[in-house]
Amino acid sequence: MGWAIALHGGAGDIPLSLPPERRLPREAGLRHSLHIGVVALKANTPPLDVVELVVRELENIPHFNAGKGSVLTTDGTVEMEACIMDDKKRCGAVSGLTTVVNPISLARLVMEKTPHIYLAFDGAEAFAREQGVETLHSSHFITPENVERLSQAKEAKRVQIDYTQPLHKDEKKETPDADGDSKLGTVGCVAVDSFGNLASATSTGGLVNKMVGRIGDTPIIGAGTYANNLCAVSATGKGEAIIRGTVARDVAALMEFKGVSLKEAAAYVVEEGTPKGNVGLVAVSAAGEVTMPFNTTGMFRACATEDGYSEIAIWPNSVEN
Amino acid sequence: MGGWAIAVHGGAGVDPNLPMERQEQAKQLLTRCLNLGISALRSDLAAIDVVELVVRELETDPFFNSGRGSALTAKGTVEMEASIMDGPKRRCGAVSGLTTVKNPVSLARLVMDKSPHSYLAFSGAEDFARQQGVELVDNEYFITEENVGMLKLAKEANTILFDYRIPLGSESCSAGVESPLHMNGLPISVYAPETVGCVVVDNQGRCAAATSTGGLMNKMTGRIGDSPLIGAGTYACDLSGVSCTGEGEAIIRGTLAREVAAVMEYKGLGLQDAVDFVIKERLDDGKAGLIAVSSKGEVAYGFNCMGMFRGCATEDGFMEVGIWE
Repeated sequence: MGWAIALHGGAGDIPLSLPPERRLPREAGLRHSLHIGVVALKANTPPLDVVELVVRELENIPHFNAGKGSVLTTDGTVEMEACIMDDKKRCGAVSGLTTVVNPISLARLVMEKTPHIYLAFDGAEAFAREQGVETLHSSHFITPENVERLSQAKEAKRVQIDYTQPLHKDEKKETPDADGDSKLGTVGCVAVDSFGNLASATSTGGLVNKMVGRIGDTPIIGAGTYANNLCAVSATGKGEAIIRGTVARDVAALMEFKGVSLKEAAAYVVEEGTPKGNVGLVAVSAAGEVTMPFNTTGMFRACATEDGYSEIAIWPNSVEN
Repeated sequence: MGGWAIAVHGGAGVDPNLPMERQEQAKQLLTRCLNLGISALRSDLAAIDVVELVVRELETDPFFNSGRGSALTAKGTVEMEASIMDGPKRRCGAVSGLTTVKNPVSLARLVMDKSPHSYLAFSGAEDFARQQGVELVDNEYFITEENVGMLKLAKEANTILFDYRIPLGSESCSAGVESPLHMNGLPISVYAPETVGCVVVDNQGRCAAATSTGGLMNKMTGRIGDSPLIGAGTYACDLSGVSCTGEGEAIIRGTLAREVAAVMEYKGLGLQDAVDFVIKERLDDGKAGLIAVSSKGEVAYGFNCMGMFRGCATEDGFMEVGIWE
């Protein structure tokens, strides 16, 4: 028993050759965000507040694909989405944000201040203004790295077309980019306190070069984000695969209906339930367990539990060691 | 077992005082759509094509809350959403925030078949619609006089209700749910049943599901409900196809459509038992209904509110259209 927290900064094709200048700031970001979450849990902050707090940090760090540092749509713009849920199944989600500095906080406001669960695009932006949340011109969110990623993605697509490789819908292979981490998706945090209160929060800029208006798995309850009285889950990776696999809900469903442990449920969903190279997730259970499985090359992640265990990693543990 | 099966719905939560004439109209429309689906199935059309065909028909008819006849946003406009899912391989497509697309379910299908994504919304979805050359009309086309009247009533009801409203932030997402004659915070006479949907299993055992709606009367612009959310309003896999209707927020929190299939898969329940379990256990304070088919050719439905417009038929000749328990 006791509190536990896990967070991620995206699962994807993170090459082992990732240069230090791209690796170190993200590790530092994970370490910093984990620390904030741990301090909050130690101070008996409710998990719902903890996950919001941690995801706000991750949104503010420009090295992760959420808030500032979000990847760009095919038009070179930013469209952010986020979702938050607690063990009582209260939830809030937003999509298509362009000026809101912390999408996760707006998702929380949808949950607490409206009779709805999900607001998007102009309606969500209007709500943001009504609520007086911090907004900035959309240029605030755009980083040079992402401008570069977009142009590489467009180039790769052009190359793909030249080679006339048929785009198979189920596989959706993208030609690997020079720095290999363009598939980076989302940030998220899950937390549980010693009373078994749970919460999950996820936030993202989405997929590089996505069509304007494309919504991924993050704001879809049961796909990228889910919590109930058994566990809290936040997923990352290829949105379309996570939606089809109802990933976050399935972890909880397996625990409930099959009586398996958090670890087993999460491992099953990631290894058997979704195609390789597509998905990663972090999850905690009401009993204070933590798991962070992924079937991609790597996943930026960190976790800590009350008994003193903590971990920050990118590649599979077998590789790291 | 085996053989094809089909079910359609036109929304859960029906005013018990609905005039007999309207009830008859509803049943005739459901019957017509059912028959459309049945002939398609007899001509060996695949489940995914049948659900699209039938939901198009429901969208085009102004009677139910989808396509033409959609409920209105607080601004008096129409914002439509839909989703479709193909059981084999669980391919899916969804759209939200449509204002000019005549048949939202067909755009959802195009998202599934012709885009690299699963879900497109608002201006991005409208752009895609233009690119794909689907039929577009003015927003006014979707607005009916009846719904303009309903919107006014809803706004008045909200003004009154607001005084007695349970403070937001309590467990139930829909305020005022205590009285059985309220849904989504509106009196049942004003509340518009939310969606239309169709589920089919064809004679090859392939399941499919599709759902379409104008959403909640007097909703905030940009509000997305359960209908376009895979796992909530719509779901299909190897085992079953499900389409839900009712209080969107309750359906989302209960991941209702996925739940039916999950309970079949992980608990080994049969279709009807799964539907009953989900309706009984997964809705908490919420009011909703759903229709479902299984790969074995069975059809089932369930609802925990006052009435659900529905129809179902199976290859062995069974056919039923109903509103009440």
